[in-house]
Amino acid sequence: MSKDIKIKKGLTINLKGDAEKTLSSAPRSRTFVIKPADFHLITPKMVIKEGEKFLAGDAIFYSKDNELIKFVSPVSGTLTKIERGAKRVITTLLIEADAQDSFRDFGILNPDSSSAEAIKSRLLESGCWPFIMQRPYAVVANTEQEPRDIFISAFSSAPLANDCDFSLQNKEKELQAAVTALSKLTKGQVHVGVAKDANSPLKGLRDVVVHSVSGPHPAGNVGTQINKIGPVNKGEVVWTIAPQDLVIIGELLLTGKFNAERIIALSGSEVKTPKYYKTKIGSEVSTFLYDSGLNSENIRVISGDVLTGTKISPKGHLGFYSNTVTVIPEGDDYELFGWNKPVFDKISTSRALTFSWLVPNKKYDLDTNTNGEHRNFVVTGSYEEVFPLDMYPLQMLKSCLVQDLDEMEAMGMYEVAPEDFALTEFVCVSKQPHQQIIRNGLDLMFKEIG
Amino acid sequence: MGLKQNLHKLKEKYRGTKMAPAFNALHTFLYTPNETTHSGSHVRVVDDLKRTMNTVIMALVPCLIFGIFNAGFQHYAAIDASLRLDPLANFFTWDNFILGAWTVLPLVLISYGVGLAVEFIFAVIKGHEVEEGYLVTGMLVPLIVPIDIPLWMLTVAVIFGVVIGKEVFGGTGMNILNPALTIRAFLFFAYPTWMSGDKVWVHGARDMAGQPDAISGETILGSLAQNQEHAYSIWDSFWGFIPGSVGETSTFLILLGAIFLIYTKIGSWRIMLSAVIGALTMGLIFNGVVNAGWIQEGNSFYGLMSETFWHHLVIGGLAFGIVYMATDPVTGSQTNKGKWYYGFLIGFISVLIRVFNPAYPEGVMLAILLMNVFAPTIDHYVIQGNVKKRMKRLKAKTA
Repeated sequence: MSKDIKIKKGLTINLKGDAEKTLSSAPRSRTFVIKPADFHLITPKMVIKEGEKFLAGDAIFYSKDNELIKFVSPVSGTLTKIERGAKRVITTLLIEADAQDSFRDFGILNPDSSSAEAIKSRLLESGCWPFIMQRPYAVVANTEQEPRDIFISAFSSAPLANDCDFSLQNKEKELQAAVTALSKLTKGQVHVGVAKDANSPLKGLRDVVVHSVSGPHPAGNVGTQINKIGPVNKGEVVWTIAPQDLVIIGELLLTGKFNAERIIALSGSEVKTPKYYKTKIGSEVSTFLYDSGLNSENIRVISGDVLTGTKISPKGHLGFYSNTVTVIPEGDDYELFGWNKPVFDKISTSRALTFSWLVPNKKYDLDTNTNGEHRNFVVTGSYEEVFPLDMYPLQMLKSCLVQDLDEMEAMGMYEVAPEDFALTEFVCVSKQPHQQIIRNGLDLMFKEIG
Repeated sequence: MGLKQNLHKLKEKYRGTKMAPAFNALHTFLYTPNETTHSGSHVRVVDDLKRTMNTVIMALVPCLIFGIFNAGFQHYAAIDASLRLDPLANFFTWDNFILGAWTVLPLVLISYGVGLAVEFIFAVIKGHEVEEGYLVTGMLVPLIVPIDIPLWMLTVAVIFGVVIGKEVFGGTGMNILNPALTIRAFLFFAYPTWMSGDKVWVHGARDMAGQPDAISGETILGSLAQNQEHAYSIWDSFWGFIPGSVGETSTFLILLGAIFLIYTKIGSWRIMLSAVIGALTMGLIFNGVVNAGWIQEGNSFYGLMSETFWHHLVIGGLAFGIVYMATDPVTGSQTNKGKWYYGFLIGFISVLIRVFNPAYPEGVMLAILLMNVFAPTIDHYVIQGNVKKRMKRLKAKTA
């Protein structure tokens, strides 16, 4: 019952610095970092103490609320430091890696012949569970609720994002193992959204329903696809998994090893030769950042894409869920009469002396300047042009700001994740932090309604 | 480079002090700030609120310039009616400009000076940034008042409008009523003897009243409301060679402004189009009532009711209100579907008020203010439609 999905509303942002489709191996990182903040709303309870040694795949900590959800080390090594922030919240776990990885062996599990229970407990003990996200609330999946359906978007339409058709090629075996295993965990379907004219390695998989998706960004967002295929109702849970994480799950089932290998796209206008690198979750980005060369010093390094990623320092580490590292110029400079002069070199969704609409295919070199100050919501109708979900984005944001739980629920908060509001945030004339507002709203609902 | 560095140092000096908003308002007027994103979307579009507001001001400038010439023209034409025979030749003259500038520019200065002063004071007291909303309001106000309004009256009205119409709610983006129309409504209800009748629309008409060389300055709507003939052709109205509030007479320039606002995607075409449809609908209904013979000549409503339906768009301030005031995103309907209802009702009610309220023949001001109040209700029902769809989906699932 596959069906085509056509997205009409949206905006594809063309930026300079798309990663060239060649793959290099980044040198092995000396240190690795796990940031508990990558796992939203999870409070870590440490298993390993400072100075202890462990194998790749050994649990480092588990969730305080649910002991079953374990978080494991991407490499074998020693935990050298636990850094804490305000209220003694653990901010970073610093790992000194061994020269070579030795893996903990979980044993081979054939997904075709295994029971749902066996698969679930294998995912939990091996640290693969955190790859599974759930909606509502956009958090790591609850182990007690069976999902109605599972959704996988096989491509990203975000600017300068990782092209999974390239980075996942020849991984069909792992992908198949993973989706077969996942299909046993739901009574519903595993839905896979592939770009219409792409040669996706996920296209030919069994045990899934493939949907071909076309249209501008956010067509590749899993939230957009859920909304068009089967929106989340109150009381329902769906799971979402990123395709690159399926590879890790598949490899675990086929070989018994937790192999945290990532093929990341290093992209952005400040990278001299943007291309793909083979590295590991949590590794230092400097291991490949300077290999490609940077154009200047004043840069923003983002673990993730420019719309939803996290700001890190050039000495920072790759986030748990990231498969892209983007480097763009920092925009901390003033511009004379920037608010009224005609603009040709920046993107705009209006035509108020801005001319990006004349050249829709031009690639832009955007910096991190907000291009204006934070204001109350004023302009209406502009979010709707880039927001394909069947909801009212402005009113949802306002209901989150005033913390009206009934309104939030009625307007569809169960269906959304912060990333669904990345484009409205991008086009916002009032420079409001949409994703943060939605995140706070979801957290409030999670706390109050759960 | 020097200016940029010095201003940056000053900004750092003022940071955290009471005067920071005032300084920043002036600083950001020169330079877009060095603010960068921190989380969420790391890149942003170039549009900000200043650019948005500036676009509306650009659309208003032709109306202001025309209004300056028209102020002079109406004054001299009232004295020497022969000037009207060839308005185009007698319109863009130095005499008209000088007299017009002399009367109109003080209105602009008072509007901006007083309004921005109030804004700055509130920003400093409340510690928020000075918001750009008043840039447009300040331009609208001189265009929608009668030419001879005393400056003290305008001052009082601007203070009232900015404080009660906007700041008490929390500034731009939070207000319920259009601030410019709040100012105008205040003037009309606080000083009714000044603001109505046939003497305020042409410069000098009031001063010369009762003298042998008295001039009249009745507007078309005023004449129609009294079932009197007026001397203006529909083309005079379209080009704008008629008496009226300062900037609202030229339907032609308003039309150009509308095209500019729609093209730049700053003004809502949905509101403009539906308001026009609403006005035409009401006009047609009244024409139908007259044609059916229910209203006879001599009836007090006959003059306006029998006016050809589409003339309503060209006479009076309806077009100006539809293009520049009804489209205010803050006080208007905020959902795309709601904008259709909101706009339609503005046009519909404007013509209704015109006909049935001869004391204030211009109904668009009251119609917009009324719909400002009802806009949240319209949005509520539009959103309920979406909510119901979601509930239905849930019911179908659980049933």
